[in-house]
Amino acid sequence: MLKGTRIQTLYNFLSIAFTMLLIGILLYTVSELPAVGDPLHPANNEVAVHYLVNGARETGALNAVTAMILDYRAFDTLGELCVLFVSACSVFILLRVDAGRKEEEVEAIDRRYEPKDDPILNKAFLFLIPAVFLFGVYITLTGHLSPGGGFSGGAIIAAGLLLYLNAFGLESTERFMHRIRYRRLSCGALGFYFIAKGYSFFVGANGIDSVIPVSDKGNILSAGLIMPLNICVAIVVSTTIYAIYLMFRKGWFNI
Amino acid sequence: MNNYIVTNLPEVAAIVLFGIGCSNLLLARNLVKKIIGLNIMDTAIYLFLAAKGYVENAAAPIVSSGAVDPDLYVNPVPSGLVLTGIVVSVSVTAVLLALTVRLHEEFHTLDIDEIVHQLRVKDREAAP
Repeated sequence: MLKGTRIQTLYNFLSIAFTMLLIGILLYTVSELPAVGDPLHPANNEVAVHYLVNGARETGALNAVTAMILDYRAFDTLGELCVLFVSACSVFILLRVDAGRKEEEVEAIDRRYEPKDDPILNKAFLFLIPAVFLFGVYITLTGHLSPGGGFSGGAIIAAGLLLYLNAFGLESTERFMHRIRYRRLSCGALGFYFIAKGYSFFVGANGIDSVIPVSDKGNILSAGLIMPLNICVAIVVSTTIYAIYLMFRKGWFNI
Repeated sequence: MNNYIVTNLPEVAAIVLFGIGCSNLLLARNLVKKIIGLNIMDTAIYLFLAAKGYVENAAAPIVSSGAVDPDLYVNPVPSGLVLTGIVVSVSVTAVLLALTVRLHEEFHTLDIDEIVHQLRVKDREAAP
């Protein structure tokens, strides 16, 4: 199927016709759906009402979304973290520096595409880095009290790490973020999440009193397991994004 | 057919975005552009879910402690679903881009037709 042939024209025509048909069917469905913003919408059923009314008392998290993803449906979030981890592993398998690609060759490619010691980035970075990291940590720690949580906080911390990497190069980043620490941080966070949530579901299902106190006072420590779990999520998200970026750029960690 | 299509404008926008992404996925020959099309489709789904959870004149679902009137807040369930979708979309995009990098290393092109053509030529040379 090469450019300009009759098959190509037919394919383009059929693609557009298929898309138009799809849009038509879906628009017809949308015209039958209840109005957006209607409080009596069938999606606003007793599940959402239960999360809103009892969420703060049962989990300690004032943010109903955090209460849902880190307490009621916490195993779903564990699955998401595993998806992130497995995608980082797959990218590593696909892009690692193997025998065919010499280390020096990779270094030369890196120098060509990513200029180091850029003066504007270095100066701007001195103002940006404390703000970016502080903002990410704040969003992670107060995920149960305000909008935010581990996913958004982890993404902001990862943005700070990538900024640091691009401003000062890989040597200075690898002083605190190397292969062994990446492995320990992501596997440790996943393992802690699994054990903590397994305990909480075990005692909850068997009617045993949990040793972790939960109250709806709205303090930073009052939400029981939710703040440590948010920290785990942030660690996994930030290290995974950092590792994926590094693998696209270099192949793998140097040390 | 009811007349809800006027009141469901966010969902209509989501469907149109979905169509744009789908046609991009079908028509673009560049692999990176195909991945961008897939991401546009993902974004359309997030918009659709966010519109499903919206309630007129309601606040974000951050409750104060004590007695809570559920009518004052938007539905928190679709927000959690959007979060799941974003994580899966990021992972899928990373894996697809890694596969594209490998294909570019192998064939020195991102054009899907050119890759298929090169594969056919290679097959013809291999067969006697």
